[in-house]
Amino acid sequence: MSVIKIENLTVQYLGEETNALDGVSLEIQKGEFVALLGAHGAGKTTLCLSLNGIVPNMINADMYGAIEVLGEVPPKIPVRQLATKVGSIFDNPEFQMSQLTVFEEVALGLQNLGVEKTTIEKNISESLKLVGLEGFEERSPFEISGGQQQRLAMASALAMKPEILILDEPTSNLDPIGKEEVFSVTRSLNQEEGLTVIIAEHEVEVIAEFADTLVLLDEGKVNEVGTPQDIFPRFVDHQEDIGVRVPQVTDLASRKTKNFSSIPVTLDESVEMYKK
Amino acid sequence: MTKIKVSNLQHKYPNGVVAVSNVNVEIEQGEQVSVVGQNGSGKTTLVKHWNGLLKPTKGNVFVGELDTLDHSVNTLARKVGYVFQNPNHQIFAASVRDELEFGLINIGLDEEEVSNRTNRIAEEFGLVDYLETNPYRLGFSLRKTVGMASIIAMEPDVVVLDEPTTGQDYLGIKAIRTAIKKLKEQGKTVIVVSHDMPLVAEDTDRVLVMCDTELIFDGTPSKLFASNEILSKTNLLPPQITSFTQKVGLNTEGESVLSVDEAEKAL
Repeated sequence: MSVIKIENLTVQYLGEETNALDGVSLEIQKGEFVALLGAHGAGKTTLCLSLNGIVPNMINADMYGAIEVLGEVPPKIPVRQLATKVGSIFDNPEFQMSQLTVFEEVALGLQNLGVEKTTIEKNISESLKLVGLEGFEERSPFEISGGQQQRLAMASALAMKPEILILDEPTSNLDPIGKEEVFSVTRSLNQEEGLTVIIAEHEVEVIAEFADTLVLLDEGKVNEVGTPQDIFPRFVDHQEDIGVRVPQVTDLASRKTKNFSSIPVTLDESVEMYKK
Repeated sequence: MTKIKVSNLQHKYPNGVVAVSNVNVEIEQGEQVSVVGQNGSGKTTLVKHWNGLLKPTKGNVFVGELDTLDHSVNTLARKVGYVFQNPNHQIFAASVRDELEFGLINIGLDEEEVSNRTNRIAEEFGLVDYLETNPYRLGFSLRKTVGMASIIAMEPDVVVLDEPTTGQDYLGIKAIRTAIKKLKEQGKTVIVVSHDMPLVAEDTDRVLVMCDTELIFDGTPSKLFASNEILSKTNLLPPQITSFTQKVGLNTEGESVLSVDEAEKAL
């Protein structure tokens, strides 16, 4: 069942000469883990912001084409309303924090929607548990680590019970522990809770392990869509053209064989193949 | 020639938090050193002592002959250039040209030399087309390049790069790594604070590992990535290619394979 359907979507920011997205067509299925890859300026962030309605509802832009998210047309409904179906996480978690305690931070979105108190408390405790922050309720959002802040941002989004999570470079400001925390929570939300995940991310070694589908963006256009196994081996010699690195084990294996189907993309696969 | 010498360094912030304790280290001119560890381990506090942005609360830091306690950032910055992680903390001029020229004028170069160096550094870092542009009109990646170029233009003996590859894409990372290699060829000391393990493995010869305010490892990347004790204590993950060669036994005992090129040779 498709949850996102985009046809020929073009986005142009006011005052810019080129299109940030240029005729993008894409369909995403329920429960899919999709990674958006591409250089800076390829259109990853604009695609994320179009899916949650921030473009064009909060950031002004001309938008052409068709976009449908869980049966809704994002430009036509308020961003807050869409946030109950589509949760968004950005690269600067501290910019999203405004409250004195972790509890209040997660409660904020729900209170704004007029949700009743008992439901709020239940949702908060469930979402803090999902991201591994039980017991943090009374802590200050500004005195926890970067990885914890980012998981708090995830809990705030999850409290609205969304079906889709959009993460725009969620780990680029985190240290290795923080990265690992955010990736493992994201993966369990996808695998255990069945959320559809769309993530823009440069850590290709992790993406190769987690993602069902890669969407390769280049200058606002979709260059390729496919599985990591399909895409990474074919792009070893084109890393510079597309501005995307391939996993190191893929790079190594491709120096030994040009048979794409036998080139690994994850560490485990590469170890297994080497042993054979 | 500028040698950095740190003896019994402690840094206690005014709020009472000790961020660095009991660090002893010497860095010779021309070394390529990375400083790694989790956030809050003391990495940035340590390196900020090397151009006087922070002063020891105990112990001493010498930059060449200069005790940093007795000299201002202004003086020390001529020897040690510090490139901030966030270019917005550093950039304030109205055009890229003004930004590049600012430091050069400050260190007292004459007009002709300022203009020559600005043009040369703009060429080197691919900024020629943006010289008249406001840095804030540039994307993050290019703005970061401007921050780096403006420090390198002053030709300090030592360049400190704080998280240079954070938030950069493939081409941005490649450009930064090329710049580091060039600095190395010129005999500069390069000190990189980073979580980017491929960069640490391939572009530096020595790693300082910080953990809970202390320096717990000082050695080659090859030895670091072979030390399970240090890695698990600090939650550092070796580059994927290093893990691969360890799992299939392509590395020699106590040492590591650090790059895809090295792995290819070992196969």
